[in-house]
Amino acid sequence: MIRFTQVSKRYPGGHEALKAVSFEIAEGEMVMLAGHSGAGKSTLLKLTAALERPNGGSVLVSGKNVGTMRSNAIPFLRRNIGLIFQDHKLLFDRSALDNVLLPLQICDFDHRESARRARAALDKVGLLNRERANPIALSGGEQQRLCIARAIVNRPTILLADEPTGNLDTEYATEIMNIFHSLHQIGVTLMISTHDENILNHHVGRTLTLKHGELQA
Amino acid sequence: MTNWLPRHGRVLQFALRRLAATPINSLFNILVIGIALSLPTGLYVLLQNVQGLLNEFSGTPQISVFLSLTSTPGDSAQTGEQLRNLASVSRIEFIPRNDALEQLKRSTELSDVIGGLNQNPLPDAYIVFPKKADVASLESLRDQLKVWPNVDHVQLDSAWARKLEALLHFGELAALILATLLSIALTAITFNTIRLQILTQKEEIEIAKLIGATHAFIRRPFIYYGLLQGLLGGLAAWIIIAASLTVLNTGVRDLAELYSSSFTLHHLAIRDSISLLLFSAYLGWLGAWLSVTQHLRHIEPR
Ligand SMILES: Nc1ncnc2c1ncn2[C@@H]1O[C@H](COP(=O)(O)OP(=O)(O)OP(=O)(O)O)[C@@H](O)[C@H]1O
Ligand SMILES: [Mg+2]
Repeated sequence: MIRFTQVSKRYPGGHEALKAVSFEIAEGEMVMLAGHSGAGKSTLLKLTAALERPNGGSVLVSGKNVGTMRSNAIPFLRRNIGLIFQDHKLLFDRSALDNVLLPLQICDFDHRESARRARAALDKVGLLNRERANPIALSGGEQQRLCIARAIVNRPTILLADEPTGNLDTEYATEIMNIFHSLHQIGVTLMISTHDENILNHHVGRTLTLKHGELQA
Repeated sequence: MTNWLPRHGRVLQFALRRLAATPINSLFNILVIGIALSLPTGLYVLLQNVQGLLNEFSGTPQISVFLSLTSTPGDSAQTGEQLRNLASVSRIEFIPRNDALEQLKRSTELSDVIGGLNQNPLPDAYIVFPKKADVASLESLRDQLKVWPNVDHVQLDSAWARKLEALLHFGELAALILATLLSIALTAITFNTIRLQILTQKEEIEIAKLIGATHAFIRRPFIYYGLLQGLLGGLAAWIIIAASLTVLNTGVRDLAELYSSSFTLHHLAIRDSISLLLFSAYLGWLGAWLSVTQHLRHIEPR
């Protein structure tokens, strides 16, 4: 599903964020991405969603080389990938429901079906009773869950989450991990970066660990 | 593709809401566009009206043909026959020299002087009503008649018509130059409006790209906005001209009464009105298109 081959990424300014990284994630797998701050976790996720392009090697997603993908094909790649960011990237000029509706509007989804799906996604993250609220009025954990609702509303086959439990207490973090587990159960491929020891210790699947841009054995 | 209509409807709704979200701003923009467009268009409307007036006045142009004093009544009758047979002449009127003298005696204070003459100094004359009223065909008819035997003098008062026509042409050119310059200014106004909108919505654009929005999806509302703003500006121009004409017409009515004419200023014809709206919408579209093409490229999510 996701295959990195000898991928390196150098940011303008010369910093090598990733050095010859190779790994493969199978369809339906749930993989944790660990590493110290600045190890290159976000960079790796960004390369997967074509938010950055690699300087060397190849990044394949569903068999397509996203590193060399034409820019007008990228939107269609992203519709198949749910993205969850550390800094939420929610829109504060509209309600929670409208935030979740956005990916569906982008795909020209039918109006009524959109509303139904958006409510289903909000329900899944336990925010159905807050659909009219502005995201600014939501707590950090609720914002993070809203972000998840937006990422899963158009039923992507891949979900990339960058420190989704970042600064949440254990209770909220467990809640969010439970949502990911339920997605894993319906066959979604997940890659989740974290440096929460508790989560890493409880994880039953594979963990990829980065250190100064290199994948640890 | 089945979603085409509701999708565009939704974007249009979205653009309308964006216009309504900053009502004062939008209103001023539309007014500026309207005023700028109303200048050349108003000038054009005035020129059209003057042209109409000109056609009304020269609707029955006349050519006076004076025969030579030596021509006999027989000669005069023959010339009349020839005039009547010309294809370019619709009808003629004969003024015998004696009638002309009588009329002159009656209408001027020179009657004493004229009464003292022992010979009629006036020739027989014809008034010719040509079929075509434009300056060129009138002049060619005049030149044709001038060289006829027994014709002494042909008079056509077309100099003023010529001058007026040249003036109208000059006015049309001025309107065209004004229209061109203001079109560029209007495109720039929309360009800037859209640029500001893109800047304030940078975050939204980035997030939309992040979750898979195509370029077309992001551009569409801005383009619609520009189109709509242009269209409303054109409408404003139309209304401004209509209002100005209403005011001007009260003045024109008094003036026309003096000349016992029923002349009033007319607004743009339907076809010209539609052209105005389409053109202003096009300018809005163009400004938005240029702006979007220029500014959206730099907004990429990180
Ligand atoms: N846009 C950028 N320009 C220049 N350097 C960058 C850029 N983004 C990241 N870097 C550098 O690349 C390295 C890896 O960054 P990255 O964000 O991938 O780390 P991370 O593992 O996600 O860290 P954290 O846990 O703090 O989020 C860091 O040293 C960072 O300074
Ligand atoms: Mg990071």
